[in-house]
Amino acid sequence: MDWLYHPWPWYVAGPLIGLMVPMMLFIGNRSFGISNNLRHLCAITQPPNVDVDFFRYNWKEHAWSLVFVIGTALGGFLAGVVFANPEPVQLSQAAQDMLLSWSFTQPGALLVPDELFHTSVRNFTFLFTAGVLVGFGTRYAGGCTSGHAITGLATLQLPSLFAVLGIFAGGLFASWFLVPWMLV
Amino acid sequence: MTRYLPYLLVGVLFGFILIKAETASWYRIQEMFHFQSFHMFGILFSAIATAFVAIQIIKRLGKRKALDGQAIDIPEKPSGRISYIAGGVIFGLGWGLIGLCPGPIFALVGTGSIGAIVVLAGALHGTWLYGALKHYLPH
Repeated sequence: MDWLYHPWPWYVAGPLIGLMVPMMLFIGNRSFGISNNLRHLCAITQPPNVDVDFFRYNWKEHAWSLVFVIGTALGGFLAGVVFANPEPVQLSQAAQDMLLSWSFTQPGALLVPDELFHTSVRNFTFLFTAGVLVGFGTRYAGGCTSGHAITGLATLQLPSLFAVLGIFAGGLFASWFLVPWMLV
Repeated sequence: MTRYLPYLLVGVLFGFILIKAETASWYRIQEMFHFQSFHMFGILFSAIATAFVAIQIIKRLGKRKALDGQAIDIPEKPSGRISYIAGGVIFGLGWGLIGLCPGPIFALVGTGSIGAIVVLAGALHGTWLYGALKHYLPH
């Protein structure tokens, strides 16, 4: 049962993720995508006196999607806690060197760096702010990595190509300039 | 309730894969954006290729019905350009900073990470902000 604990190579994980698209179609003619759930969660919690029209719809019709992401969190619990990988993330040598030069002492020791995720005002301000960008951007673009990069590109949709090019441009800028500037 | 069970099971599988493939790892995302490993690109390319082949098979088979009896069809995304590029760039900035896109956010929340819950709270506020400003933005 070692495979339950060890990380999965890309050629196992990638095709399985790709199969999400036909599986969602077969289950209920659903388009595979995650970020819409952020909208549904806003629709559920919007107080009546705020009433932004973007969140005024019957979210119960999308309950299946919320059930899916509850499952995603459960899967995360199983993979990350119950069947947790005891080994560090096997990063490439180049990535390890870069991370060491960014003053991380143990690159890949855990899934996410404690330096950025442990409880502190500075970290939480950073995580929250970047989270705002993710929520705002995915809704503005109408999808994220699952809805655009996977479902959209696999169904040859031009809008998704624009979104993916934008996502990579933003990601490259953040990773090459903002992250080093923030850390060093 | 049983009609929701397939979504729950597929969701569990999805979350399990995301963590096992280390897609929720901040380190892996930095490594990807610096082109220092094929791992993340391999995941994305093989996922797209698999989904593409599966869609072609479904199309060749003709109109098939989903489990709940609906005919399967693939919805078209609304046409446009500005919103897709601008939204993509803004999302990409966030992804590059925290190394988490929406799927892995939910998966990492499941591992009990307080930091991931803070990211989710931010993403919900960002989504709300978009909803409030939607009419003022170019699309």
